[in-house]
Amino acid sequence: MRAPNIKARHVPIIATVVVFGLLYAAASMHFRNFFSLRVFANLFTDNAFMGIVAVGMTFAVLSGGIDLSVGSVVACTGIIMSKLITQHGFDPFLTAAMLLAAGTLFGTIMGCFIAFYDLPPFIVTLAGMFFARGSSQIISLESIPLKSDVLTAVAKFGIPMSARVRFPFAAIVLVASVLAGTWIAQFTKFGRNVYAIGDSEQSAVMMGLPVRRTKIGIYALSGFFASLGGVIYTLYTSAGYSLSGMGLELDAIASVVIGGTLLSGGVGYLPGTLLGVLIQGVIKTAIIFDGTLNSWWTKIIIGSLLFIFILLQTWIAKSARFRRSGP
Amino acid sequence: MKHKRVLLLTLVSVVLLAFGCAAFAADTLVVGFSQIGAESGWRTAETESVISAAKDLGIDLKFSDAQQKQENQISAIRAFIAQGVDGILLAPVVETGWEPVLTEAKEAGIPVILLDRGITVADESLYVCKITSDFIFEGEQAAKWTAAELGGKGNVVQLQGTPGASAAIERQKGFEDELAKTPDIKILESQTGDFTMELGKQVMEAFLKKYGNDIDVVYAHNDDMGLGAVQAIKEAGLKPGADIKLITVDATKAAFEAMVAGEVNAVVECNPLLGPLAFETLKKALAGEKLDKWIVQVDQVFTKDQAASVIGSRKY
Repeated sequence: MRAPNIKARHVPIIATVVVFGLLYAAASMHFRNFFSLRVFANLFTDNAFMGIVAVGMTFAVLSGGIDLSVGSVVACTGIIMSKLITQHGFDPFLTAAMLLAAGTLFGTIMGCFIAFYDLPPFIVTLAGMFFARGSSQIISLESIPLKSDVLTAVAKFGIPMSARVRFPFAAIVLVASVLAGTWIAQFTKFGRNVYAIGDSEQSAVMMGLPVRRTKIGIYALSGFFASLGGVIYTLYTSAGYSLSGMGLELDAIASVVIGGTLLSGGVGYLPGTLLGVLIQGVIKTAIIFDGTLNSWWTKIIIGSLLFIFILLQTWIAKSARFRRSGP
Repeated sequence: MKHKRVLLLTLVSVVLLAFGCAAFAADTLVVGFSQIGAESGWRTAETESVISAAKDLGIDLKFSDAQQKQENQISAIRAFIAQGVDGILLAPVVETGWEPVLTEAKEAGIPVILLDRGITVADESLYVCKITSDFIFEGEQAAKWTAAELGGKGNVVQLQGTPGASAAIERQKGFEDELAKTPDIKILESQTGDFTMELGKQVMEAFLKKYGNDIDVVYAHNDDMGLGAVQAIKEAGLKPGADIKLITVDATKAAFEAMVAGEVNAVVECNPLLGPLAFETLKKALAGEKLDKWIVQVDQVFTKDQAASVIGSRKY
């Protein structure tokens, strides 16, 4: 039963919506107090840094690439931010802006290696991951608390949703990031080029698209969102720690894939990534609500979901209908 | 049609599941426990103690293992608040960064009790109290035993824990301050063994080369380092427990076994079985009783002579 107006390329995102809906409904019916504004707001707040990182990751994956450096960039951003503000008295906003620029530059450098030397993104960003993790550990092995009244006030700010529940700053940044990402992907030339490269790099080259420039832009964007995620993470835990964000890159990739983006590139939507993040959040929250399951079950369930989505992708890739439907 | 049927089946089973399990007795106490992880036997013993105490008391315990990550602990506490638990137990992985989430708990009127570690917050009213061992007290106990064992005269070496860890700093402070009362006992040297058996052994080897038979007592900040020192002493051809005496902190089963074998002379307990005390304290807090900010888990010293009779009842 396939409705004729649904193209195969839409199947993953539809599957994502269905999975999210089912999980959310199931958890809401199963656990008292799950279906509440507070839990809904928490889903955004507690996963804000991961979601923001995943926005950047979506562009990398859409282009058929990957960015493994993001988790380390989060840690590095956090430790530099805490050190400069707490120990050297730098201006909080200036420091944050500077770190966003630094993250973007870091991504740009990796993008240049990928674009100009035709190196696989996996290797280049793996090197970037080691570099950023190593740097943060050289800066400080111990956790540095973030002491800034202004930033505490910013972190506490939120749009009231009810008497007791607020939609906090981190969640607002997450939603803004997803909106900005969606706009870039769907309504800019750059975005169209990303899809074209992911669909077929060769054709993109032959069509005369600026493939190199686009690739550099993709990793710059991913670097930007990674450092933004780092800033939000630092506000979230009020500290910078060199071991934070371990494995975050993999959680972000999982969100992107569960969010309906094809690992081979060319197909996917930014809002899907947000749903992918929320799906992980729902599973995590449900396991805490249950209170008897080992928290490692989260990984097992997400692993199984990932597996199902990759099978789905393989099926789509093989489907001739998909090839004919075109971009 | 297949897809539709699968969807329908899933929905139906979901609904059934929901109604099957939604039974939630209103009068049971619901408590959330956010644990750091399961990185050591000590911590696992603590977890088991909390879980079994909850079972005994008929408390509905929501347990969440944070896998060593603070963000997991924060989101677990948020979920506990959303769930409307009656109280929260928290074994914090780090000291900083708890203000926002504990403020949320306070606003929701949920008492938070810290287990086995403290935190630094500007506003101490964010948590009810902490229940921990007193590391300084442990150090003092070790010093008292040492002074008595040596008759007020002798040489000691100290194997320190991880630099910067509160357990290491305070076990050293308590020991040295107490030992200062007996001026004829000298601490020859103190070095870190990082709380591991391997480093404990290496450091002890170095001490033996340097001081040889002059060492009378080894004080190790935990059992693992002490057991490493036992090996080093044996390899140097001396008899641990006789030629050189040992006192360690933690009192794990391995240390008790070494005591039974006569290789360790005494252990200072650092009891991880905090479950019963934690729930008792939480119930008091819920009843509105005024509580001390720091509730000390009272630890004791066990010596070689007691070891054989006590070892059977040790749970960790």
